[in-house]
Amino acid sequence: MDDDHVFRALADPTRRYLLDRLFERDGRTLTELESELEMTRFGVMKHLRVLEGAGLVVTRRSGREKLHFLNPVPIRLIHDRWITKYAEHRVAALADLKTELEESA
Amino acid sequence: MSTMTAQATQVYSVFVRATPEQLWDAITKPEFTSKYFYGSVIESTWKQGAPYAGWASDRSQQYVDGEVIEASPPRKLITTWRALYDPETAAEPFSRVTWEIEPAGDGVTKLTVVHDELEASPKTAENVAGGWSFVLSGLKTLLETGEPLSG
Repeated sequence: MDDDHVFRALADPTRRYLLDRLFERDGRTLTELESELEMTRFGVMKHLRVLEGAGLVVTRRSGREKLHFLNPVPIRLIHDRWITKYAEHRVAALADLKTELEESA
Repeated sequence: MSTMTAQATQVYSVFVRATPEQLWDAITKPEFTSKYFYGSVIESTWKQGAPYAGWASDRSQQYVDGEVIEASPPRKLITTWRALYDPETAAEPFSRVTWEIEPAGDGVTKLTVVHDELEASPKTAENVAGGWSFVLSGLKTLLETGEPLSG
């Protein structure tokens, strides 16, 4: 399942850090991303490959450079599939509780 | 929360269990777009140079204005883009939206949307940043289940 790749990719602090860096500024080269991490080029490449496999990072060529872009769509899909479904009931229950408590006060 | 500088080139990609032709129809036919594109009815003759317009479902308001730069069904569509629903984005220059459709094997197709040339349109860049994920998630759900995203 696609979701498995996304959850697995997100279950690592370095990869989340890389996503946050791309969120701040997109379209970066490996060299730029590497300069923000205390890690070998090979290590950063490995993490980027996992993120790319999960669809969270998309690479595009611009001249001779390979640029890395954050792709937020898989996170949106998880939000729509997993978060909205559970969080909305919870929020609705809390809202009902609040109304009830305020009315009885 | 960290601040976000809206990007002048934005890339969105999704794998959809559908054929390239089905994706092309979903992008270019108003009866589909109205089900995932914030209710917009997208209209064009899809000829190079033709207008590209997105309307509210009751046609009371035009949301998006642009022109077809390239239409190569079922693989590639490029249009210019200006969002009219906000006076600030409407005042900015046209940016560019490219839809790339590539077969990815096993009945799955990869759809990539590149929204670029946003350098002179920072309000538009900020405005569309969350929107494309919503649109592509809705498009995937519609094609895979036949139903629009609920909620």
